[in-house]
Amino acid sequence: MAITHATSDVPEVDPLVPTGAPGELLPGYASGPDSFGFWGMLGLITTEALLFSSLIASYFYLRFRAGPHHWPPAGIAPPELTLPLIMTAILWSSSIPVHLADHAIRRGSQRGLRLGLLGGFLLGATFLGLQLIVEYPKTLDLFTPRTNAYGSLFFTLTGFHGFHVLVGLAISVFVQIRAWQGAFDRHRHLMVRNFAMYWHFVDAVWALILCTVYLSPRL
Amino acid sequence: MLRADGLGALDIERFWWILFGISAAVFAIVLGLMMVALARRHRPVPADEAAGKHPEDEPAWGGSFILFSGVVVPAIILAGTFGLTLHEMNVLSSPGHHAAMTITVTGHDWWWEARYPGGAITANEIHIPTGEVVRVRLLTADVIHSFWVPQLQTKTDMIPGRTNETWLETGQPGRYRGQCAQFCGLQHAHMIFYVVADPPDTFATWLAGQAQPAPPPTGALATAGEQIFTTQTCAGCHAIRGTSAAARIGPDLTHIASRQTIGAGVLDNTAGNLAAWITDPQHAKPGADMPPTDLTPDQVQALVAYLQTLN
Amino acid sequence: MATVHDATSSSSPSLEEMWGEPQGLGSWLSTVDHKRIGMKYLVTAMVFLVAGGVESLIMRAQLAQPNLHLISPEVYNQLFTMHGVTMMFLFATPVLSGFGNYLVPLMIGARDMAFPRLNAFGYWVFLASGIFLYSAFLTGHVPDAGWFNYVPLSGPRFAPGINIDFYALGLIFVAISTTAGAINFIVTILKMRAPGMSINRIPIFVWGELAMSFSIVFALPTLTVACVLLELERKFGFHFFDAGHGGDPLLWQHLFWIFGHPEVYIIILPALGMVSALIPTFTGRRMVGYIWIVIAEMATALIGFGVWTHHMFTTGLPQVAISFVALSSFFIAIPSGVQIFAWIATLIAGRPRLKTPMLFVLGFLLVFVIGGLSGVMFAAVPFDQQVHDSYFVIAHFHYVMVGGLLFPLFGALYYWLPKMTGRMMGEGLGKWSFWTMFAGFNVCFFPMHVMGILGQPRRTYTYQAGLGWTGPNLISTIGAFLLGLGIALTFWNWVWSRWHGAPAGNDPWGGDTLEWATTSPPPEYNFETIPTVASLEPTWDQPNLRDGAQPPEAGGRPLLGGHLTLSTSLLDGTPRAVVFMPHATLAPVIASLGLLVGFWGVVFGAWLLAGVGATVFAGGMIDWFWPRHQTQET
Repeated sequence: MAITHATSDVPEVDPLVPTGAPGELLPGYASGPDSFGFWGMLGLITTEALLFSSLIASYFYLRFRAGPHHWPPAGIAPPELTLPLIMTAILWSSSIPVHLADHAIRRGSQRGLRLGLLGGFLLGATFLGLQLIVEYPKTLDLFTPRTNAYGSLFFTLTGFHGFHVLVGLAISVFVQIRAWQGAFDRHRHLMVRNFAMYWHFVDAVWALILCTVYLSPRL
Repeated sequence: MLRADGLGALDIERFWWILFGISAAVFAIVLGLMMVALARRHRPVPADEAAGKHPEDEPAWGGSFILFSGVVVPAIILAGTFGLTLHEMNVLSSPGHHAAMTITVTGHDWWWEARYPGGAITANEIHIPTGEVVRVRLLTADVIHSFWVPQLQTKTDMIPGRTNETWLETGQPGRYRGQCAQFCGLQHAHMIFYVVADPPDTFATWLAGQAQPAPPPTGALATAGEQIFTTQTCAGCHAIRGTSAAARIGPDLTHIASRQTIGAGVLDNTAGNLAAWITDPQHAKPGADMPPTDLTPDQVQALVAYLQTLN
Repeated sequence: MATVHDATSSSSPSLEEMWGEPQGLGSWLSTVDHKRIGMKYLVTAMVFLVAGGVESLIMRAQLAQPNLHLISPEVYNQLFTMHGVTMMFLFATPVLSGFGNYLVPLMIGARDMAFPRLNAFGYWVFLASGIFLYSAFLTGHVPDAGWFNYVPLSGPRFAPGINIDFYALGLIFVAISTTAGAINFIVTILKMRAPGMSINRIPIFVWGELAMSFSIVFALPTLTVACVLLELERKFGFHFFDAGHGGDPLLWQHLFWIFGHPEVYIIILPALGMVSALIPTFTGRRMVGYIWIVIAEMATALIGFGVWTHHMFTTGLPQVAISFVALSSFFIAIPSGVQIFAWIATLIAGRPRLKTPMLFVLGFLLVFVIGGLSGVMFAAVPFDQQVHDSYFVIAHFHYVMVGGLLFPLFGALYYWLPKMTGRMMGEGLGKWSFWTMFAGFNVCFFPMHVMGILGQPRRTYTYQAGLGWTGPNLISTIGAFLLGLGIALTFWNWVWSRWHGAPAGNDPWGGDTLEWATTSPPPEYNFETIPTVASLEPTWDQPNLRDGAQPPEAGGRPLLGGHLTLSTSLLDGTPRAVVFMPHATLAPVIASLGLLVGFWGVVFGAWLLAGVGATVFAGGMIDWFWPRHQTQET
């Protein structure tokens, strides 16, 4: 007897599977801490967090190596804050629709899922667009990654974060296609939950990037 | 065992024997306990164990044995050694603070330059007076090197963008071998130098002599040699103070004839070796920066004759 | 739609039908069975052990006498670099992944690893990164700045060729595999333990793999960042390590050793776990101080992150900073001491049986104690500053690494290979191999202590006569070849046993952990029923586990309803859910191939090729996550 799953079916109760122990039935679709994927994503996020930490530690190492009055180095003004703060607001607000989407599918709402994912995608894409089209060209007029260690760190840290946003957007596209195909329901939505975790992480880590790259040179 | 001769190294040698003694004792204890275990392995087996049952409980002494020999005793030994380490660190760092003289040593791929107060510059040979603490400032011209004279002092790295310091002291006149201790590329194996310790008055005379520019050459052959040196490729990299050759890429050769080796310890400083080195340094030290020359044998002979006058 | 499935239906396919994979080349590429992947890891890592070993023998031949010219300085520098990189990244870590892969699911009573496809991906990326690093030999641009690869020697100015790019990209590449494997181990060990296997019933070897995996997750990113920064500096003109532009060469050293020191424990901890697995079996005694050992392993992994600067005692760091690092470097010896004395206590309480695996354990104990003691000497700062980067260091870390890894590993091979192949290895040949290795190892590496104290610096392709170094070097070279011979004997034994070894049976040694309950080799599904465990030594205490078929009335769960395994709770191992496991697929091997092509593209600056590689990788990934069967990975 093979178990088949028509993806269009939305079972109203949790599908239960017998383990063979007398009378024992266990959920067949775990999400959250009972699933493996949840812990796998947590592992990935931990290792990513360590990547960011190493980069930020390198930033402050070289900053303190340069000495108190040499950061940013002579000839470079501390970074402008207006645009980065607007970008921050956009990026952080993108977590809201993703969170709503995650909770919508737990209630079985396909519409909420699709709209939430789309909203998160658009806000994230706006953030990345602003970074690439407005913020970077403006900064490149002042210094480049090749100018000195300060320039290299600025572009490496923000670029590394931007790359994560890009990866997040790519995953979002994939999840959205699956969502439109109706692959998720109130029991089967591990991919949505994992994507939401990743997305919140990328948003959260921006706080560190913002403090390091944009705020700390003003201290 | 270290054949130590300097204050620093003598101290380390004492320290090493203490560490060795502790280690030997610990090893002997572990070995002994293992032997006990092996010797007891044929003791009679209780009936229930013989029937395939495995004893349930930990032996009563197990926990305290581990606590005592695995935690308490090591902690006492390690704390003691840590205290000793702090003491030794203090002993080794203090003499440098009240040194009378500072020598600046710069590591290059793959040789050493030493600059003394008064303008003397030597390569791959550092002279110090006996009985005095000499401060050594350590710089590098390219990659990371490490300054190490095993019989006199511990090693200290030479790092781009930083200035490190160490010190040397010995009561024994003599010649002490040093070698780069941080991998620095192709000829890391041949980045050797010597520390020559002389009594203070001999050292003072030597230092005054080294500060002088090279004397003008006497004799036709040496004069021709000087001509070749200043007009051919030699002067593109080397300096001989007192002549027009003033480049700072290779070693300063003003008093090359007074040195004991060439090529950073690769060859003894003899006329034959000097000629061979000039003709093809890549043979003795493949990868060295100095290129082979296309001088004729006569020219090489004249050049060697000139260099040998540079005392 | 029915939401409760009837498992008692007579039309239910057997476990063989649901878990069996076809044999043959295609299946070899697509398998997701942890046992086959584990075996592939093991064999591939051993091939790299041979490669790294041959490199070291060439070096020892060159150093047998002063001023030899068997190889040029270029080749020598390439060899010691590749020897270090190979042994660390392509042998030691993967071989432990191999053993872990094979044994962890068996030891915890699971049917596979948590992410079987990620597991396959980890193996293929490991193989691909090994091919990538060794393809440097074909281009003639072999990394030659040491495994520690200090800048600026490895920077764009002093290493303008692509040799260092092979190093930096290769390490980023292999890190993907190692990280994937580590996350897989963590989830497997936390979530897939058989019902009843609460946290205080986890076998110590499994604890070792867990400690290793956590260390990898926390330490490896630093190395990856270091390599990324180096590549940005080398290929795109960024500045991080260049003192002339606001960078600092010591930044590399910090990043490298923040990874590099925990790496030692990444390798040692599972190997110590192997020792803890072998000792109860061969003494017939439960491990004395189980909880001590577990805490010691975790403490070592933790303190291991606080001692990296002791690799930098000669760089002129402030004395205060050095003192703190020295303190933690001294005290990291205590957890090792705890483990050693717990083993000794078990040896004394039990009755050691001197079979080949046990000989390797006893040999390990002696060698590892010497390595540990010389390690404590390095915490004594002034002594470190004297012998740092001399042959004394080489002696020390080979006593720790060869002693702490290779001896337990070979013991483990004699112990577990019968489980994997169903055939015993030759006992006589095994003893010959042990004694040859033990003698060869000590003859090779003990004289290096003396060379270091006499002032011979490491990483030199030759040395001068008349310094007292010649004799010890010759002895060391002889020992190296003897050690090589000893290793070869075991490899021969391995091959021989495949055809001529005596049948092993389920439990040839009287082992205490779950893997001995099932058949040798185990079936694809490991256990007919997922057992319920009631003891730390289940095979000793639960006779109903025999043949891996605990009856359902005794707690065994057949899970017949599909390609299923069990998800249990983190601390006490209560069943929480049933998990659908993925089937064999080519996606991992395709994605890895894409990565290999992509990395080649980057190293040669052939961006079109890199794009092709990235596209293949993306294709593999989409194929991977486009679920055809319902699995928990999506």
